[in-house]
Amino acid sequence: MAHDTLYAQPQEPQGPAPGRGGGRLAAVLRRWDTTVVLGLIAVVVGAALLVDGFATGRNAEFLLLDAVAIGLVALPMTLIVVTGEIDLSVASTLGLCSAVMGQLWLSGWPLELIVPAAVALGAVLGAVNGLFVTGFGLPSLAVTIGTLAAYRGLAFVVLGDQAVADFPGEWTDAAVGTVPGGALPWAMVGTALLAVVFGILLHATPPGRELYAIGSNAEAARFSGIAVARRKFWLFVASGAVSGLAGVYWTLRYASARADNGEGLELAVVAAVLLGGVSIFGGRGTLAGVCAGVLLLGTLRNALQLADVPSDTLDIVTGSLLIASVVVPNAVVLLRARLGRPRSGSAPPPRPGNAP
Amino acid sequence: MSGPAAASPLLHLRDVAKSFGPVAAVKGVSFALHAGRVHALAGENGAGKSTVVKMLAGVHRPDSGGLELEGRPISPDGPAAAQAAGIAVIHQEPTLFPDLPVAENIFMGRQPTGRFGRIDRGAMNEAAGRLFARLGVAIDPDRQARGLSIADQQLVEIAKALSRRAKVFVMDEPTAALSGVEATRLFAVIRGLTERGAAVLFISHRFDEIFSLCDDITVMRDGAWVSTDRVADVTVDTVVRRMVGREVSALFPKQDVEPGDVVLDVRGLTRTGVFEDVSLTVRRGEIVALAGLVGAGRSEVVRAVFGIDRYESGDVRVGGRLLPPGSPAAAMAQGIALVPEDRRQQGLVMELSVERNATLTRLRPLARFGLLSGRGERRAATDLARRLHVRHGGLGDAVGTLSGGNQQKLVLAKWLATSPQVLILDEPTRGIDVGTKAEVHRIMSGLAAEDMAVLMVSSELPEVLGMADRVLVMREGRITAELPGSRATEESVMFAATGQPGAGA
Repeated sequence: MAHDTLYAQPQEPQGPAPGRGGGRLAAVLRRWDTTVVLGLIAVVVGAALLVDGFATGRNAEFLLLDAVAIGLVALPMTLIVVTGEIDLSVASTLGLCSAVMGQLWLSGWPLELIVPAAVALGAVLGAVNGLFVTGFGLPSLAVTIGTLAAYRGLAFVVLGDQAVADFPGEWTDAAVGTVPGGALPWAMVGTALLAVVFGILLHATPPGRELYAIGSNAEAARFSGIAVARRKFWLFVASGAVSGLAGVYWTLRYASARADNGEGLELAVVAAVLLGGVSIFGGRGTLAGVCAGVLLLGTLRNALQLADVPSDTLDIVTGSLLIASVVVPNAVVLLRARLGRPRSGSAPPPRPGNAP
Repeated sequence: MSGPAAASPLLHLRDVAKSFGPVAAVKGVSFALHAGRVHALAGENGAGKSTVVKMLAGVHRPDSGGLELEGRPISPDGPAAAQAAGIAVIHQEPTLFPDLPVAENIFMGRQPTGRFGRIDRGAMNEAAGRLFARLGVAIDPDRQARGLSIADQQLVEIAKALSRRAKVFVMDEPTAALSGVEATRLFAVIRGLTERGAAVLFISHRFDEIFSLCDDITVMRDGAWVSTDRVADVTVDTVVRRMVGREVSALFPKQDVEPGDVVLDVRGLTRTGVFEDVSLTVRRGEIVALAGLVGAGRSEVVRAVFGIDRYESGDVRVGGRLLPPGSPAAAMAQGIALVPEDRRQQGLVMELSVERNATLTRLRPLARFGLLSGRGERRAATDLARRLHVRHGGLGDAVGTLSGGNQQKLVLAKWLATSPQVLILDEPTRGIDVGTKAEVHRIMSGLAAEDMAVLMVSSELPEVLGMADRVLVMREGRITAELPGSRATEESVMFAATGQPGAGA
């Protein structure tokens, strides 16, 4: 029964047989999320030692307030990238929702209505993306680059160059309020709660589990009865809605509704998601990793800002991190394959003669 | 070797063999192509013809044995090397660059250049025109390749091969998509090529073509060489018998079951150009085989039934209830399961673990209060793997580490977990080893005995004849014959599938 034992070789050729616990620890250490968390700790410690004014409660508060918008938008983005798609229009959605918020405030709406309206608008904008991607079968990269430009343009149509800044103080204060006695903003608490919801959705529910199948092989997913198009559509709606929510937060935090709010934020969001270990090719990544990625990126940018690094350089750092997080895992796989090859069979064993 | 012609061969295959993992696709095949002669290669689907073609094309390298061109051994390590050596493969559906002119398609990468390296369009069009004149066909070298008929596209490929001074032309079922007139024109071109000293390897399922066009014929079966003869020395009957001439072995342990009510009822299913007016029923406890040649539309029919593809008219009923079209989820809810044709692309998500694949079809029933627990999932996956004897390293290993047979059993497992009433299997044993094959057959037979309705698409005649209570044969998108299992023979099925008059049946 030779065929019974015909497995391909195990994925990772082991060295000298490690203990069971040792193997598991090694496996955890090899994981990308672990690397990111270690990187985060290293950056925090390094910045605390080297950068003046980093290790203060005030700075921690700012750092976290800055991370809220990226963190919020990164949550649905994670799910979208896991399915192998991408949404580059998030920052423009944020800007358009902010602009509409300002215009509605000018026309006398109460904020109690404006906030849900902004979120709903975001959902509609996301649905437009979703329709183009799933209904017409267009690549999300192209569609959302298009809406990236279109939504930003619309934002300027709505509000022009002006800034609406006369939002009531109790609302703008609430946006930056902290948990009593600490540097932890309420907004970050809310983001963390939402992260837990998205984490459970992605990792512990049937629809979330299906996203990985879609991202790995959409055809096999379809043959397993998964409604691929419907899942993707709703992810784009969620992405739009959360971007709308981030637009509300942004407007209130800076007490300013402007058409150019959040410009370029999509770069930071995508960088954080990829840095968090989500594969740009889909099918791989965890929400915990993305949370660590958001904090790592936020901390790094904050520390560099404190160290008087100019903002252009910050963008260079963000962009480089983005590319590194795509290149490094692939390079590791390639390296492992190359190192593993001589052992696993450059010379196939001679086949017993079965010539007729 | 008893070569049919005495002259020294242009191309000689010597004892070539090729295996893919545990599956031996070609085992020690030898034959020779001679200048000025058309050589037919015949065999059932899966006999290894395509693998032979791919070795000639340089896509696969033989594990053992080799090729000799004009007496010199060659070992093309890629399509470019095969072309350079003078072997041209003309595919059934050529892939041209649709937006470029015909002439540029012919001379891609070797365009004649004028001063400063600019492409000399005039010279190129003239050269292309000369090639078409040699072939005796009228195609405008300056027109775009888009919109050319498949027949014309093949001629462009042939012209391209001529321009590279190819000596051996390999044509893999070139007439499958051609009309009668187009095929006649192609044959005239082929005769022209051989008159100029080329050797042609011609693969076709149509015996009338083989017998009117070819000089020699080699028959393959199960990856092995069976015979090489002059066409004049054989008849359709002898060739068919050699193609299928296996004993239907006891490998197929079909239990006799009294069929029950009709569970799957398909009526007048039509998708223009793919399948027409397909009606079939499958009863409880019955195994129905859908036989026919590759490309006859069998897979397309079962995909439509399961809701992967849409259909234009007709309806599908499961247990009397109408099934909404285009929704695999609805088909699953009504008790249909489809084990698809392509295990690696459609059956499994190769990057995911054994466990994740096993539970993918029934995540919802496994969830409690909408949440999945790792332990519950693990238990379900362990259960499934044990029931079908799937041999795996660990449940967490990527499913790609399993052998082909175990992968197929896992696909079966994931679908049986949905407790279907109707199990559709598309090529259930393609590319898996003999032992697992028998196991899959035993499982199928057991399921039918448990009153499941089984619809099987298979290109392997012994499997069809050994397993099926009823055999439906499709040809060119239509069901052309319905044979009870007792009356179905290899000859009667093959003749219905190829559209040949049942001379030997």
